Amino acid sequence: MSSEEKPYQIWIGRNYANCSGCRRCEIACSLYHEGRIWPEASRIRVFMLVPTLEIPHLCAQCDDAPCIPSCPVGALSINEETGAIMVDRDKCTGCGNCIDACPGRVPVIHPTEKYALICDLCGGDPQCVKVCQEGGYNALWVVKREKKSVSYKLYAKEPKEIVKELAYKFYRDLAEELV
Amino acid sequence: MVKGYAGKFLEVDLSSGALKDIKISEETLRKCIGGRALAAEILWDRLGDRWEEVDPLGEENIFLALTGPLTGYFPGMRVCVSAKSPLTNGMVGSTAAGEFPLELKCAGYDGVIVLGRAEKPVYLYIDDSGAEIRDATHVWGKEGKETVRIITKEVIEGLEKKRPKERMWREPAMLYIGPAGEKATRIAAVIQKWTHACGYGGYGGVMGSKNLKAIVAKGTGPLPEVHDIDKVREIIDKVTASCLENEMMRRWGTGSAGYEVGVDTSSEPVRNWQEEWHDERSFGVDRFERRVWIKRYWGDYGCPTTCLKVAAILDGPFKGAITDNPDYEIQAYMGTNLGIFEPEANVYVAARSEDLGFCGIQTGNVMGFAAELYQRGILTKEDLGFELKWGDAKAFARLAEMIAKREGIGDVLAEGSYRAALKISKMKGVDVTKYVVHEKGEAIGAHGIRSGLDYPPVIAYACSVQGGDHTSVAGLPPGKSPSELMWGFLDSGVICGFNVTEEQYDLVWEMLRAVTGWNITMDEWNTSLGPRMLTIQRTMLLLGGPDLFWDPAKDDDNPPRFYEPLPSGPQAGRAADRDEVMAEKKKYYESLGWDELGIPKSETLKKLGLEKLESAVERVRSRLSS
Repeated sequence: MSSEEKPYQIWIGRNYANCSGCRRCEIACSLYHEGRIWPEASRIRVFMLVPTLEIPHLCAQCDDAPCIPSCPVGALSINEETGAIMVDRDKCTGCGNCIDACPGRVPVIHPTEKYALICDLCGGDPQCVKVCQEGGYNALWVVKREKKSVSYKLYAKEPKEIVKELAYKFYRDLAEELV
Repeated sequence: MVKGYAGKFLEVDLSSGALKDIKISEETLRKCIGGRALAAEILWDRLGDRWEEVDPLGEENIFLALTGPLTGYFPGMRVCVSAKSPLTNGMVGSTAAGEFPLELKCAGYDGVIVLGRAEKPVYLYIDDSGAEIRDATHVWGKEGKETVRIITKEVIEGLEKKRPKERMWREPAMLYIGPAGEKATRIAAVIQKWTHACGYGGYGGVMGSKNLKAIVAKGTGPLPEVHDIDKVREIIDKVTASCLENEMMRRWGTGSAGYEVGVDTSSEPVRNWQEEWHDERSFGVDRFERRVWIKRYWGDYGCPTTCLKVAAILDGPFKGAITDNPDYEIQAYMGTNLGIFEPEANVYVAARSEDLGFCGIQTGNVMGFAAELYQRGILTKEDLGFELKWGDAKAFARLAEMIAKREGIGDVLAEGSYRAALKISKMKGVDVTKYVVHEKGEAIGAHGIRSGLDYPPVIAYACSVQGGDHTSVAGLPPGKSPSELMWGFLDSGVICGFNVTEEQYDLVWEMLRAVTGWNITMDEWNTSLGPRMLTIQRTMLLLGGPDLFWDPAKDDDNPPRFYEPLPSGPQAGRAADRDEVMAEKKKYYESLGWDELGIPKSETLKKLGLEKLESAVERVRSRLSS
C-alpha cells in the first residue's frame, strides 16, 4: 500500500491453477524473515504433491481464527492493522496445537528455533505477492479485506484435498490415476 | 566449513548396506567446484587405474548424484548425475532441473555416492536425520508417474507418523528410473518430477543395474551459509530481471524451435537425419500453445523463466498423455525425427517415453534409426512384429515399450543406436552403421551442423568429451558460449544454462565468489580448472572399454550422415567439410594442450596438476600403437 493511503487490513488472494511452481514466493519469504533461503522456514509453502499441480499454502486469516484459542500460552493474536495472525516468539513453545486447530494445517514449527511460523503479511506488504506479480503469474495478489467473510476460511484447507479438485480441473477423468 | 556447501556427502554401498558420511577437502572442492568436475575427480580417483575393465552396467561402477555451490542460489537449479557411461564408456556429466538438489542440500548433503549393487530392488531415502536403504519391490516395474505417486505418499505418511508435531509434511524430491532403467537399457534416463530427465550418459541403466529404483530426499534445513548474502540477493535480482525480459523463452520455452530449427536453420533431425529441413506449420509452437498446453508456465524452484509448459491430451486416440511442452529436443526426437508433425502425436510419444524412463534423445534417435532401416527394407515386419512407418505414433510407442522390456528387436535397440547398428549389421550381413547419427556411442542432440547456420561448430560433437551432447559442444575459442568450458562450468555449478545469457556470464562468477568467498575468475576456470576437468574426461573416453574402445584418428569425427549433402530446403547441398573438421580439431586439441590425436601431453598433465593421469595416458598410447 502506498504511504498516503489509510492503512487497511489485507488478505492474500490465491489462484492455484496459475501457480508455476517456481516457489520464488518461498525464497522471498525466507529471505525477508530469516535472511536465508530456507524452504521449510517459509511462511508460504508450495505443495507439489502431484507434479504440475502446485498449491501455494499460507494462512487464510479465518474470521474466527481457531488457532488463537488453541494456544495454551496465549502466543497468538490478530494484528488489527493488517489482519495477520501474529506469533509471539518469546511465548510460543512450539507445541504444535495451532497446527492441529487450523482447518488447513497451515502453521509450521520453525525447523531450528521451535516456534510457530504463520504468515504475518510482512506488515502489510507481502513479499511473496510481489514476486508472483512480477513474474506475471497472478497466483497470489493482495485483496483489501474490508469486511468479514466466512469464505476466507474455505482456503484453510489441506493441499491433499485441494489437489484432487485441481487434478479434476486440469485432467478430468485422468485425475484418478494421478492423485 | 566451506561456504556454499552443506559440508558432507553420503556414501552408500548397496552390496553391504553400509552408509557413511564423507567429507571432501576444501582444496578439492575449490579445484572441482561440484557437479561434473567433481564427478570426474571422484570417479578418476576410485576407478581410474582400472577404467577399461569397469563394466558400466556392473557392480563395480559408481553412481553419483551431485549438487554444486551455486545450486539453489543462482536462479535455475539442476542436479548432475554421473558414472562411467554405458553409452560412451567415458564419463558424462548429465544434468536435469528439479528440486532433488534443493531437498538434498536442505537435508545436509552436497551429493550422493552409490557403490555396489543391491540384492533386490531398493530405494535410498535421505532426510535431515540421516539416510536409509528401503525396500522397493513394490515400485519395481512401475512407470514414472506411478513411481512418483507411490513413493511420495509413503514418504509423507512416514514423516507424519514419525514427526507429527512439526508441520504438515509436503512431498520429498526424488531421482528415479522407469522400466527402461530397471532393464538396464543403455538409453534410459534418471528422471525427476515426471519429465525432467538426466538423459545423456545413459545413467538410468546404471541405477537399474544396481537395483536402485530411486534416491529420495526431504530436508528441513536452510541452504548452506554463504560468504555474502547481500551480494547473493543482488545477483539473484539482476538475473531475475534479465530472465523476466526474455519474453520468447518465457512464453514458448525452447518449443518455438520445433518449427524454427527446421525452417530457419535447416538443422533439425527429420526422419533419422535424412533431412534437416521442414516447413511444417502444423508443428508450429502456436498450435502446441492453443491445442495441448493446459498450463502456460511451469518451472522449478527459484526459476524466474519457468520455460516449461504442461501439455495434456484429454481425449481422442492419444488420450492420457501428459508431459511438459515438449521442449525442443523432444519435439525433434519424438516428433520430426520420427516423421511426426502433429502436436498431439508428439506429446503422446514423448509422454510414453518419459513414463517408461527413457532419455528422449537417445530413444528418438534409435527409433528413427530403426524406422530408416524399415524404410530401406533392412528391418522387416517379421523382425519388428509390426509395420514401422514414419509418422505412426502408436507404432513408435509400441516399439518404445518393447525396448523398455528388452523384448524381441527391442533387446537389440536397448543397446543404443551405435551398438544396435553393430549387432544389426552382423544379423543382416550389411553395414548399417552409416545410418547411425551418434558420437562415441551416444546419440547426437537435435542440432545439426551441415547447414552451418545453427550454433554447434563443425567439431561440436566430434571433439566433445561428452559425445553427442548438444550443450557441451566443442569449439573455439574455448570458454565462450557455447563451448565445453562454459557448459562444463554450468554443469559443475550446478545450474541451468537457460538463465545464463552471454551478457550475463559474468554474474555466474560473481555468484561463485559471493557464495563461496573464493576468488575464482573466469580466466582461472578457462585456463586451469576447466581444462583439468576436460582432460580427465578426455582420458576416460580414450581409455573406454570394456565392450568398445575409440580410435581417435577414426572416431573423433562426425557421423557419415553429416558428410552427405542436405537433400532439401534452402540449404540443400550443404554438408560438413572434412578438411575443415580436421583443421578445427587440430586447433582445438592444441588449445587444450592435447596432441593431434587429442591425447593429453605430459607437460599439460603437469601444468594442470594431473600427474596421476600419466600412466593412464601411457595405456592409451600403447593400445593405439598395438
